[in-house]
Amino acid sequence: MNWAELSKWSEQLQARGTDFQKRVRSLRRRLALLLAVVGPGLITSNVDNDAGGISVYTQAGAQYGYTLLWSLIPMTIALYVIGEMCARMGVVTGKGLSDLIREEFGFRPTFFVMIAGFFVDLANVVAEFAGVAAAMEIFHVSKYIAVPIAAILVWVLVLRGTYRQVEIIFLVACVLYLSYVVSAIFAKPDWLEAARHTAIPSMHFNAGYLLMLTGLIGTTIAPWQFFYMQAGFVEKKVSVRQYPQARADVLIGSISCMVIVFFIIVCTAATLYASGQRGITDAAEAAKALVPLAGKWAGTLFAFGLLNASLFAASILPLSTAHVICEGLGFEAGIDNKFKEAPIFYWLYTILIVVGAGIVLLPHAPLWKILIFSQVGNGFWLPVVLIFILLLVNRRDLMGEYVNTVTFNAVAWVTAIAMIALTLVLTYTSLFPGSALAPTP
Amino acid sequence: MQIYATELIGSETYDDQGHFVGRVREFFIEPAEQPNRVSRFLLSRGRFAPLLARHDQVAQVAPGTIRLNCSERALEIYRPNEAWLAVRKDLLDQQIIDTKGRKVVRVNDVDLAEQRTNGNVELRLTQVDVGLPGAVRRLLQGVLAPAVVRKLQSNLPARTIRWEFVNLIEPDPLRRVKLRITHEKLEDLHPADLAEIMEHLSAAERQGIIASLDEETAASVLAELDERLTTQIVEKLDPEKAADILEEMAPDAAADLLAELPKETSEELLDEMPGLEAAEVRELLAFDPATAGGMMNTDFVFLGESSTREEVLQWMRSQDLNFDQLDTVVLLDGAAQFSGTVSVARIMMSGADQPLGELKTEPLLSVTADADEADVFDLFDKYNLRMLTVVDEHSRPMGAITVDDVVSRLVKK
Repeated sequence: MNWAELSKWSEQLQARGTDFQKRVRSLRRRLALLLAVVGPGLITSNVDNDAGGISVYTQAGAQYGYTLLWSLIPMTIALYVIGEMCARMGVVTGKGLSDLIREEFGFRPTFFVMIAGFFVDLANVVAEFAGVAAAMEIFHVSKYIAVPIAAILVWVLVLRGTYRQVEIIFLVACVLYLSYVVSAIFAKPDWLEAARHTAIPSMHFNAGYLLMLTGLIGTTIAPWQFFYMQAGFVEKKVSVRQYPQARADVLIGSISCMVIVFFIIVCTAATLYASGQRGITDAAEAAKALVPLAGKWAGTLFAFGLLNASLFAASILPLSTAHVICEGLGFEAGIDNKFKEAPIFYWLYTILIVVGAGIVLLPHAPLWKILIFSQVGNGFWLPVVLIFILLLVNRRDLMGEYVNTVTFNAVAWVTAIAMIALTLVLTYTSLFPGSALAPTP
Repeated sequence: MQIYATELIGSETYDDQGHFVGRVREFFIEPAEQPNRVSRFLLSRGRFAPLLARHDQVAQVAPGTIRLNCSERALEIYRPNEAWLAVRKDLLDQQIIDTKGRKVVRVNDVDLAEQRTNGNVELRLTQVDVGLPGAVRRLLQGVLAPAVVRKLQSNLPARTIRWEFVNLIEPDPLRRVKLRITHEKLEDLHPADLAEIMEHLSAAERQGIIASLDEETAASVLAELDERLTTQIVEKLDPEKAADILEEMAPDAAADLLAELPKETSEELLDEMPGLEAAEVRELLAFDPATAGGMMNTDFVFLGESSTREEVLQWMRSQDLNFDQLDTVVLLDGAAQFSGTVSVARIMMSGADQPLGELKTEPLLSVTADADEADVFDLFDKYNLRMLTVVDEHSRPMGAITVDDVVSRLVKK
């Protein structure tokens, strides 16, 4: 090699070096841009995996093994499609979903949507505190101690924190979902089999299987989450220029939510289904059953995951509900306001927590009925909210160039109609457990 | 008599012969003629083209019924007009700015007053309802009899805003002109209040307000706004207007704002600004924001240490000084080097021909431009300062940090 070649070579190397530096720098800048926006999408999607959701995933894995895993991919798409529309609306209009419903559809429809939302969400809050109680009982803590402490914790967290602080705590809670991943690894599943069932759909046409599929989808997409997500982007003052990052946030959220669901199903499929314990009905029971099968740690982590999910959802649901109602009906809202500036907001928030936790503490609380009510309520409420979203996002005077494209509309309407049909079936079977479609216990 | 917009919408309208004409679907105000008079009623007639009844064609108004003083033939066919304010579409359920309460509120209902003029009845918009009574009326009107609704809501605590204090929010600049919406009332608000109001609005609405404020007000509002919002707003403004606003801002505030913008945008804006101001801001931009140089303001008052009160007062009166900075003045010695500071209060108390050098605040404090911001905070805390002088390497004053700069930095942390 002569000198000329050598120097040319070293120059090339250097050029490649600076090129690499440049790429790293642009990557870092892009990451910083993303981090400024990340939050609402990620948080909302993860809250989908709340106490009720985890119970359904557990059952799905215990009863049907890996065979329901394929449904996670269409569910990710549905979650993303609807979430993206809300994110886009929030970013483009700078207004919350309930604000927009009020401005475009008037007082009366808003009022009924808000009142319905209040009761449905209250039932959901009860379900979350019931999840806290169940998880803590595995750690041998009485619900009469655990639930009041959880309620106070949740109440203070939001009251004392600013939006940014609360959001950071929520993001940490998202990370704690990883306990399910560890739990699943302890369960030593057949990864290849799991991957195969995820990629290749397999339908079984028996009532129990179809119903479980419906339940899986129905609990994953809750109507209130879209209000929360849109409000999150508005409160973060995300501008139209940051829309690509907001979209990425929603996408990351949808995928990470489904990844956790994947691990929960895999964990219970590898243990409970494999050993024939297929009659498990809730997550706390599953956590106990896991101990002899996959070791103490797997059970503990599973219960910890349930606790984290319940607490997380119990902090967000009352907050989101109070926010949405005040926004829609024209009261001051938001945790950056002081109590005096937004009394109705803080009262609603407090009532939701106190009543929600209080019902769980009643000695003979009909928790099962409330759980069903929350599911039925979600089922009735979701179609209404989805239709409002689709009508609003197609308004050119609101969205300008950001209205749905024809293709996106087709996907969105198909998703919405499928979601509505599925939740109606779920609602029907929850209301009439004796019907032909009902699950075999 | 008082009548509410909710009671009027859906009212049956009859002509002078008592024949049914149609139902009121909307009514309009023409701000170009009278700011509060309901000038036209839109009557829908099912499958027939909707008609318009002018204010001078209305003989009688009661909740649920309107009587005209002419026949149906005299009414004109409805054609949309951008210059009319549609009460139902543009006002009900929309957000407005309450300039008296300094807040953004949502309109539940609109209160109208009846006024008889020769032979006809005119309705004038008196106030907007943002409280519970309006909400109850909106919810129950048409479900219960109007008299029952009236009775139900009469005991609720009222929250209304007089029409004079209502500022409409219209993001579209053309429509704003047509509707004669000015933001004069907003200019009278304290910039901090206006900034808070703007945080409650959407991006397009914020843009609309900033674009129509005068530069001076816009500058002081931008200085109070959340950083994320300021950059969003300035980026979207017409560069010429943005430069005019930046020029009105204190150089340190302008520099802070420009530092947040993309390089090309800030360069473009600096090029638009007049040379002297641009040079000042450019100088400040060169400093690291976390140092004394990044915090200081180059607008400050300096005087020779041998001058006396009378000389000083005479000189100050002759200058166009910014009062915000007139708390403390910097003293220079014969070599134009920093020799100390004097508070204006002390100058007021001094003898008529006492040299300022004798009034210096002890100890003599100054920092260099590269001093860390943490050291600056410590000095302010320790000596209860209101102002701190920044000097260059030859000990010549180059700027001053005031206590409000410190407070806003600390709050951000």
